Amino acid sequence: MKSSVITFPGSNCDRDMDVALKKFGFKNKMVWHADAELPKSDLVVLPGGFSYGDYLRCGSMASKSKIMQSVINFANSGGMVMGICNGFQILVETGLVPGVLLRNKYLEFICKNVFVKINDKKNKYFKNVNSEVLEFHIAHNEGNYFCTNDQLKEIEDNNQIAINYCDENGKIEDQFNPNGSIKNIAGIFNKEKNVLGMMPHPERMIDKSLSGEDGSLFFINLINNLK
Amino acid sequence: MIVNEQVAIDHGLKKDEYAKICELLKRTPNITELGIFSAMWNEHCSYKSSRLHLKKLPTKGKKVIQGPGENAGVIDIEDNDAIVFKIESHNHPSFIEPYQGAATGVGGIMRDVFTMGARPIANLNSIHFGSPQHKKTKNLLRGVVHGIGGYGNCMGVPTIAGQTSFDSSYNGNILVNAMTLGLVKKDKIFYSKAAGLNKPVIYVGSKTGRDGIHGASMASASFDEKIEEKKPTVQVGDPFTEKLLLEACLELMAGDSIIAIQDMGAAGLTSSSIEMASKGNLGIEINLNKVPCREAKMTPYEIMLSESQERMLIVLENGKEDHAKKIFDKWNLDFAVIGKTTKSKKIELYFDEEKVADIPVNTLVENSPMYDRKWKKAKLPKKNRIKKEDIKHLKIIDVLKKILANPNVCSKEWIWQQYDHTVMGDTIQKPGGDAGVVRVHGTDKAVAASVDSSAVYCWAHPLTGGKQVVCESFRNLISVGAKPIAITNCLNFGSPENEENMGEFVECVQGIGEASEYLKFPVVSGNVSFYNQTKEQGIKPTPAIGGVGLIKHYKNMITMDFKEVDNLVLVIGKTEGHIDQSLFARNILDEKNGPPPEVNLFNEKNNGETLLKLIDNKLIKSSHDVSLGGIITAVAKMCIKGNKGINIKKPKYLINEIEYLFAEDQGRYIIEINNKDFKKVADILNKNAVHFDELGKINENELYINDKTKVTIDELSTSNKSWLTNYMSK
Repeated sequence: MKSSVITFPGSNCDRDMDVALKKFGFKNKMVWHADAELPKSDLVVLPGGFSYGDYLRCGSMASKSKIMQSVINFANSGGMVMGICNGFQILVETGLVPGVLLRNKYLEFICKNVFVKINDKKNKYFKNVNSEVLEFHIAHNEGNYFCTNDQLKEIEDNNQIAINYCDENGKIEDQFNPNGSIKNIAGIFNKEKNVLGMMPHPERMIDKSLSGEDGSLFFINLINNLK
Repeated sequence: MIVNEQVAIDHGLKKDEYAKICELLKRTPNITELGIFSAMWNEHCSYKSSRLHLKKLPTKGKKVIQGPGENAGVIDIEDNDAIVFKIESHNHPSFIEPYQGAATGVGGIMRDVFTMGARPIANLNSIHFGSPQHKKTKNLLRGVVHGIGGYGNCMGVPTIAGQTSFDSSYNGNILVNAMTLGLVKKDKIFYSKAAGLNKPVIYVGSKTGRDGIHGASMASASFDEKIEEKKPTVQVGDPFTEKLLLEACLELMAGDSIIAIQDMGAAGLTSSSIEMASKGNLGIEINLNKVPCREAKMTPYEIMLSESQERMLIVLENGKEDHAKKIFDKWNLDFAVIGKTTKSKKIELYFDEEKVADIPVNTLVENSPMYDRKWKKAKLPKKNRIKKEDIKHLKIIDVLKKILANPNVCSKEWIWQQYDHTVMGDTIQKPGGDAGVVRVHGTDKAVAASVDSSAVYCWAHPLTGGKQVVCESFRNLISVGAKPIAITNCLNFGSPENEENMGEFVECVQGIGEASEYLKFPVVSGNVSFYNQTKEQGIKPTPAIGGVGLIKHYKNMITMDFKEVDNLVLVIGKTEGHIDQSLFARNILDEKNGPPPEVNLFNEKNNGETLLKLIDNKLIKSSHDVSLGGIITAVAKMCIKGNKGINIKKPKYLINEIEYLFAEDQGRYIIEINNKDFKKVADILNKNAVHFDELGKINENELYINDKTKVTIDELSTSNKSWLTNYMSK
């Protein structure tokens, strides 16, 4: 399986993603934002970080990078594209997934473990994950997902919600929502479910000695689904 | 502008210092030259009051690759790997503008580390605020935390540990000390010593603006009511540019183009160019028209004294300019050849084809003033005797809850959750433990780091306090299973012109020196921050010690959470019942006098090294050093972290229960062991003549004391975790 991780100026989880993908068997290439062409890939990842310093609006400048046109074409032709954290923010700015990411409700950066419930398994990201609830890790300032009522209806009608913040038993309630996102949304798909944007960082959970191992579950499953 | 004595005084120079400048130059300096002298000769850059005493610190050791004098210290962690680290203060700017002050403090220290070729792998900080009731405290705390997070998070470097304290002596002068560790290959370390003639001098990074002009001079003066006027002297940080600068520098450093490199920190282009020239025993010629400027019509004076952030000065090999420029272009950073090295041993500046400064380098560096300031020796205060009637009404559990909720003991989760502590994917011990631990990427090794200070002890008796802080750092590293290697220090004090403050400095440094010598825990880098005072009121002396240690296999790391029911808990080290200056004495008895706990360096070393032996033999399940709040506070924290309880039985000592549980005697640890290992553990402790007490057994979820009183761990946890969150949300 071949993967590509895009490095934008200010990306800072690109190496971590590279390490994780390789650990679980991907042949990964790092791709520079100013390149025009994507290498042949089974998966493209937009990593976390602060692309362009998040100075205008998180993800907005990166979404206009040269490489993004290739990424958009790749996604539109059914290619698997995953945006993590800042990568999710870039995805919403391209319009590949609906909605926006606002500043966290309590106006503070938040770095901690959270539980997420898998909402839909009929997709290549979560198919066969042997658990309904995963313990993931978040680290962000703008993860408060928001969309219009019409968009929300469409998202729900198409079953586009990927994961919701919950407690360890999978209960989705306000008190388990770390950033104020609508419906506790932690990640969503495009209609076709080949594009996934999510705030949590599975690449930080790939070793018992780190924050946990549910990221390993996620990646092992992902590569198997792509085979 | 005509330069005279008054202009020099306005620049913070003393009359005799100005006279010396004129004598060294054999003429009156022009305004640009005066600016350069004032920047180089202020306390912050010249260490004129501290140099004499800092010389006495032990700085050498088998593992030391680079001691003080470079951008940061470097230690050997084997296999051609080295750790570059340093701590630095950004106190004055943080009090004036907390977000930018703290942010640029973090940015500055990271630059010091990657200037040496190391990729930063961990940040730490030591921050101190006024009384929680003081009207400025809450906003300062919020601003500083946001600033530290804002910069470190954007850089993608995890903030893995820190220390926060509150004390009314910081009401008018908070402390913000930032520390960074970087990883480098031993044979790829870069230094600031220029070499060779006619080598191009390169400016890279952000453009130069009018921000931060005279920042270093501001940091060398006390605050008064005109403090708001000083806002323009605070630098503005741009972590995004620094991230680009980091990647670009590391990319250039992978080759062999660089002869010397120096970041532009305090006193900007002035100090960076002079340091490189001075170390290389060369001259440097700069054409200031070539310096990339953010604003129009900047004068030579402004360009030389600007403290705009995210800039570097590099001496390149001839012919490597195009190669280097390509890298900086790729990262969208300014790149300019602004001058060359010369044999003149002078700093020669040109602007609009005119020579605007011509100063021999040695007059700025070697001939800079050095003072043997007057200082007063501190007396060891008399011990207090606790009266029975003062304590007999106290209920231990109530006192414990109060202590756990004390601002200086309570959980700081509200703070460290705002710092990205997991980016880079190697953080194996998060904030909230004895030390932060990160793996050395791609290896089985891990590096532990902690930052400590004990202002109360230093205030009560500076010599003892100085020793104690080093020992505490030593203990925190050992508690997580790391072998302590070296320290960096940030010495925060009041005015050196005040004999008592100067005495505090001299004796704290002496204490630090004695302890680090004895423990073979040398000082490899550091920083002095004087004039931490508003009007006549100085802060409590606050030397902060950043310690670094190595764990050979990361799987052998120890954490402080209790692991298993029925395991045994022991106290290593003898409890004499020293209550004076303890949290208990100061906050429960309201007794602020008396000596700090005595430091016995033999016991510190022996107890610590023996615990490391136990850890090496895999006999330790959890461990934690005993500090503020004594044995019971340490144990309660281990209970809270592990969500387990304990049945505490006080050993049959002569001291009473309160003294046993709340005393702050030094050199002690709490350890958890498996029952079946007791004999092995006891043998090792006895063989090494280490005193230990059997404290009790771990249970499900309650803390019992002598079977009489009990409290649930949930209740203790609530006391410990709610204070800061409640305080910040009010």
